Amino acid sequence: MSNIKEIQNEIVDEFEMFDDWMQRYEHMIELGKSLPLIEEKYKVEDNLIKGCQSKVWVHAELAGDKLVFTADSDAIITKGIIAILIRAYSNQHPKDIIDADTAFIDEIGLKEHLSPTRANGLVSMIKQLKMYAVAYQTQLN
Amino acid sequence: MKVASTETGFDVETIRKDFPILSRKVNGYPLVYFDNAATSQTPQQVIDAIVDYYSRYNANIHRGVHSLSQEATDAYEQARMKIQKHFNAAKSYEIIFTAGTTNSINLVASGFSALIKEGEEIIVSALEHHSNIVPWQMLCEKTGAVLKVIPMNDNGTLNMNEFQNLLSEKTKLVFVNHVSNALGTVNPVKEIIEKAHAIGAAVLLDGAQAAPHIKADVQELDVDFYTVSAHKMCGPTGVGILYGKEEWLKKLPPYQGGGEMIATVTFEKTTYADLPHKFEAGTPNICGGIAFGAALDYMNGIGFEKIAAYEHELLEYASEKLLEIEGLRIYGTSEEKTAVISFNIGDLHPYDIGTIIDKLGIAVRTGHHCAQPVMDYYKIPGTVRASFAFYNTKEEIHTFIEAVKRAKNMLS
Repeated sequence: MSNIKEIQNEIVDEFEMFDDWMQRYEHMIELGKSLPLIEEKYKVEDNLIKGCQSKVWVHAELAGDKLVFTADSDAIITKGIIAILIRAYSNQHPKDIIDADTAFIDEIGLKEHLSPTRANGLVSMIKQLKMYAVAYQTQLN
Repeated sequence: MKVASTETGFDVETIRKDFPILSRKVNGYPLVYFDNAATSQTPQQVIDAIVDYYSRYNANIHRGVHSLSQEATDAYEQARMKIQKHFNAAKSYEIIFTAGTTNSINLVASGFSALIKEGEEIIVSALEHHSNIVPWQMLCEKTGAVLKVIPMNDNGTLNMNEFQNLLSEKTKLVFVNHVSNALGTVNPVKEIIEKAHAIGAAVLLDGAQAAPHIKADVQELDVDFYTVSAHKMCGPTGVGILYGKEEWLKKLPPYQGGGEMIATVTFEKTTYADLPHKFEAGTPNICGGIAFGAALDYMNGIGFEKIAAYEHELLEYASEKLLEIEGLRIYGTSEEKTAVISFNIGDLHPYDIGTIIDKLGIAVRTGHHCAQPVMDYYKIPGTVRASFAFYNTKEEIHTFIEAVKRAKNMLS
């Protein structure tokens, strides 16, 4: 199992194959379509992260000492970025999730989506992932 | 591609030269700015007025005896008179400078809490912007007054039969937007005002979306209050006006306490200043007010009839071309509408479309446009909204349509 940094580097390498934003977005849209969806029963108000425009749902559960995330969004580009984030952060130890940064999003040319003023819920989503990690970390200790 | 520029003989190329921002690039593409219903762009003439103020006569107004203060006061009061003339208010002191429409509405709502009693009613429309709903809900919570809503029809117009049914002797205030921000519908305000007055209710019109396209005559409309934001009509942000009939402005208590709004102050009693100063506490946005005046000069120099005719031409052209895209639905299809097109394509999320076309240099608004009740009515999360101004062109619309098609292909 690769650690978060390795997966992030892998994603950066993958995006480097693309010459322009169009191809990057097309790839991201494909990733969004292939995102393992959150189970319908978890698509509830409590799991909803309210961005201004696109809805984002996140569910977290512990598998052994690893934290597994599933998520969904009603907007496909948002979903694509969620797929990237989940690939990096899901199935990892809570402590590693707490320590991980999001600089790789910048490196793959999607920085604007993680701007705190962007109305897509992603910044809140990362915060939520880390909060889950903190909560489960306490449980593991 | 070149598209025959204008049928109405509107010299848009010359006008575009007045707007420095229109020559910039966004994400490597020439900017196509179709978010005019949120904020319009600023012509050099208005920018010059702002620079001139800060370069030559920046000073506090109304109290200073020195020359700069006098010059600034004169320019500010001249701007008020320009606004009075533009909206044909009877008196210049019926024009209250505010921070914009939201501020103007809150001023009236706050004042009405002293005039309205438990069980009395306020009518608003289902087409309202959030800023038009929340102040009245707050007022109702505070006073026990009841909020009634005029429902909308499928085409984005108001259900006027229902409006008639809602009116009663309990109705104290009717509040509608002159033009809907989400859909561009021009509401039948003359009829609304007549019917409301017939039962003795006051009418407040939100003119934020109308003022850039329609020159409202407040006396002819016989409206009691009218609100406008400068930034929707080539002026700066953070300034606007409340027009109020003198009799109403005298009835409303002051909104905020502070300098400018007082006549005499002792610890026992303060007497308030006359209109308009009673509602203008503190140092106002002096430069903003002056620049608003310059913006009206600029738009009147072109002429509102010409502006409206040309924008209608843009609206027709864009609507026709957009509807050629399979699966595209336009929300708000009233006969009477301003140059606003709210649409969705199939079940594509408006946020996705907006994100892709932004990468192509095109600025539109996506989301619920702060009008969630309208979106709820159509059972959609939001729309893509393209809103045109008189400095936009058919060539830009062509670029926009191609971008929307490209987004559709990518997202489908």
